[in-house]
Amino acid sequence: MGVKLLLDKAHIEGIRYYDTYRKNGGYTSVEKALKMSPEAIVEEVKKSGLRGRGGAGFPTGMKWSFIAKPEGVPRHLVCNADESEPGTFKDRYLMEFLPHLLIEGLIVSSYALGSNATYIYIRGEYAWIPDILEQAIAEAKANGWLGKNILNSGFDCEIYVQRGAGAYICGEETALIESLEGKRGNPRIKPPFPAVKGVWERPTVVNNVETLAAVVPIMNMGGEEYAKIGVGRSTGTKLISACGNINKPGVYEIDMTISVEEFIYSEEYCGGIANGKRLKACIPGGSSVPVLPANLLLKTAKGETRYMNYESLSDGGFATGSMMGSGGFIVYDEDQCIVKNTYTLARFYRHESCGQCSPCREGTGWMEKILKKIDTGKGSHSDIDLLWDIQRKIEGNTICPLGDAAAWPVAAAIRHFRDEFEWHVNNPEECLRRNYGLAHYADERAVIA
Amino acid sequence: MAETPLFKVTIDNITIEVPAGTTILNAARQIGGDVTPPAMCYYSKLKNSGGKCRTCLVEVAAGSTADPRPMPKLVASCRTNVMDGMIVKNITSERVQDARAGVVEFLLINHPLDCPVCDQAGECHLQDLSYEHGAEGTRFEFSKRIFKKHDLGPYIQLHMTRCILCYRCVFVADQLTNKRVHGVLDRGDHAEIATHIEKALDNDFIGNVIDVCPVGALTDKTFRFKNRVWFTKPVNASCNCSKCSGKVHLWMRGDEVLRVTARKDEWGEVEDWICNECRFERKDIKDWTIEGPVKVNRHSVISQGHYVGLKKPNETFSKVMNGRNPRLLMDIHSVSEVNKPGVNLAAIKGPAHSTDFDPPKKEISNE
Ligand SMILES: Cc1cc2nc3c(=O)[nH]c(=O)nc-3n(C[C@H](O)[C@H](O)[C@H](O)COP(=O)(O)O)c2cc1C
Ligand code: SF4
Ligand code: SF4
Ligand code: FES
Repeated sequence: MGVKLLLDKAHIEGIRYYDTYRKNGGYTSVEKALKMSPEAIVEEVKKSGLRGRGGAGFPTGMKWSFIAKPEGVPRHLVCNADESEPGTFKDRYLMEFLPHLLIEGLIVSSYALGSNATYIYIRGEYAWIPDILEQAIAEAKANGWLGKNILNSGFDCEIYVQRGAGAYICGEETALIESLEGKRGNPRIKPPFPAVKGVWERPTVVNNVETLAAVVPIMNMGGEEYAKIGVGRSTGTKLISACGNINKPGVYEIDMTISVEEFIYSEEYCGGIANGKRLKACIPGGSSVPVLPANLLLKTAKGETRYMNYESLSDGGFATGSMMGSGGFIVYDEDQCIVKNTYTLARFYRHESCGQCSPCREGTGWMEKILKKIDTGKGSHSDIDLLWDIQRKIEGNTICPLGDAAAWPVAAAIRHFRDEFEWHVNNPEECLRRNYGLAHYADERAVIA
Repeated sequence: MAETPLFKVTIDNITIEVPAGTTILNAARQIGGDVTPPAMCYYSKLKNSGGKCRTCLVEVAAGSTADPRPMPKLVASCRTNVMDGMIVKNITSERVQDARAGVVEFLLINHPLDCPVCDQAGECHLQDLSYEHGAEGTRFEFSKRIFKKHDLGPYIQLHMTRCILCYRCVFVADQLTNKRVHGVLDRGDHAEIATHIEKALDNDFIGNVIDVCPVGALTDKTFRFKNRVWFTKPVNASCNCSKCSGKVHLWMRGDEVLRVTARKDEWGEVEDWICNECRFERKDIKDWTIEGPVKVNRHSVISQGHYVGLKKPNETFSKVMNGRNPRLLMDIHSVSEVNKPGVNLAAIKGPAHSTDFDPPKKEISNE
């Protein structure tokens, strides 16, 4: 069994409620933190090596130290619970089963950043979770962990839950801030960065749910101890939401030393490929990151074992690697059609583009149309090159990373599965009838019964 | 007051000094000419505008003297401030040209290209942009996105199909009027400018949305189909107006005032916002004091008809066709690169389709 820092108490009955949570050691990190200086906490988080769990993997301690501190201007912490990346559902699990863990992390982080009003921005589709969070907040407040002068430290803090209206783009931090202010959720043009001008032009830090929850074990065990778990710059534990054609889909906490192979095939985690099929490909970090064929997923291009951590997953760059992203692990078995799946993703990005910048607004729609054409057997060879050219002209030329996120899956699909696209062009009738591609990418291993 | 320091910036090998806080685009505008990136959404008179259309992307080859590292991505020159010692590449950068061609293509794929029936033709920035940076053919072969026309009150018509979502009209309503009643609905390529419930745009200064709109999406109903802009003659005129400066351009045909707009500078930007009364109601020459002819800006076909700087195109027709001899001039396929010029279009039944240009498929035996 790997180390568990976040989900270690998830199985305890009633852990969702304050009394049980407190009895099991909850809120000790707040007691500890409020005796320290805010700077010391930031230092602890820096030492822990914690990296943002929202997708980009930016070091959290460093992000916190960038926040501007102009005299007399309030600062804010915003928890990004918009979790809308296809394949990612780890934050939901945390909030649903361990709401107090998030609240605890939020109190410590708010103290470290000097935020007296902290917000949780949660996606509208998680309709039942705000109630859970609000109940936890009320319980925490009733027990003196929120409100005025917490534990006589002189620090005041309130946490507010704000629901989004169902837009993926509102997970992008500046769009989230716009939406939180009650405006249309368009990403802002940076600079200025949120650390200087965020919510209501005040210095703001936006962090993912899991990032902020991880502050609790960091405070409890100390940054240095936390940094000992994991490997290299991938410290601590990471939640992975695994889905697709596996025997045991679900949310798993891993320490980042296990191999991708172990994660997919061991009984502790995904339990192997479902229905006795073989592994074909996998999107290891949420729909935005490049898809990898089985051979490049289990081993890097250099033939080394690939591990479930930031460095190893991105080994080889985009040519032969992928990214840790948000930890949405989507597994394809041999029957899955790459073209169809890429089309599905393209549809998503087209639907979710905010429409501000021309390359993303028009390019996502164009890619979707071409992919549909190829998927339904009406494509031509020049369409594949055109698709490549379109994604190339979107990538890097947009306001926010959604443009890149729309381009990468298409690029990776063509890069690794070009012959599958060509097969669709050459076999129009068969691809409509059978609608799955070439199985020869599948992992050769015998099926684990 | 402390003086703003001057920053040296080099754009396409031309060095210029500008006050700190100047954007790359505005520095380039001071140099002028080809060095200036095209701007479809930025509008110097509108706060927060810019950054969206991405036509003004440039490459920063060196960030500053203090930190000479290049910037990894192309940046929107309209929203990036110069630093001392910055080196910028616009027309000298292949990456920029490539990205810009991409942006132009993106802006055009869903554009109706209905210039022949569009009142904006002749003063349309999208026409200019495509002429200067676009390709001669299209690679988009799907049906285009269409919207219905809307009347936004008695004076303004919205052709959403032509809109490039530059947001300028939204900023005008935000910054010139006290209550904005239109905005962007929905998102992505299905986003549209709308009032949500059909509502008139009703404000003394709302007519300015027509002037800021770079394309023919917002047009003046009092001028609708009256004439082509290049047949009309712009003059500077003024009146004593209680609401605005009263400084306008009159667009005349003979003694008839066909249209009134705000005066625009060489970048096509309004100099002084004008009120609706001047724009829509004062169509009698007696309402105005004529000051003289307008010096028409560099990229306008209007200047070709009337005034100084008459230029003959330097390409002849046969040069453009480059030895090809199309059946019809409308035959865009024979001048486009994607579709093979070798394919005989006359042999294709109905409109040509991409599959018509693929290598022949294996014959299915019909025994
Ligand atoms: C289109 C888009 C969607 C995003 N969605 C989310 C999201 O749902 N949840 C999240 O935590 N971060 C999301 N992000 C990343 C955030 O912008 C931001 O980087 C993150 O919240 C920072 O938190 P972290 O440093 O703790 O990872 C998204 C980014 C983009 C570009
Ligand atoms: S990249 Fe897409 S989602 Fe991001 S700002 Fe541009 S249009 Fe909006
Ligand atoms: S209607 Fe015109 S001004 Fe308004 S967003 Fe569209 S193109 Fe821009
Ligand atoms: S003018 Fe700069 S992005 Fe539109």
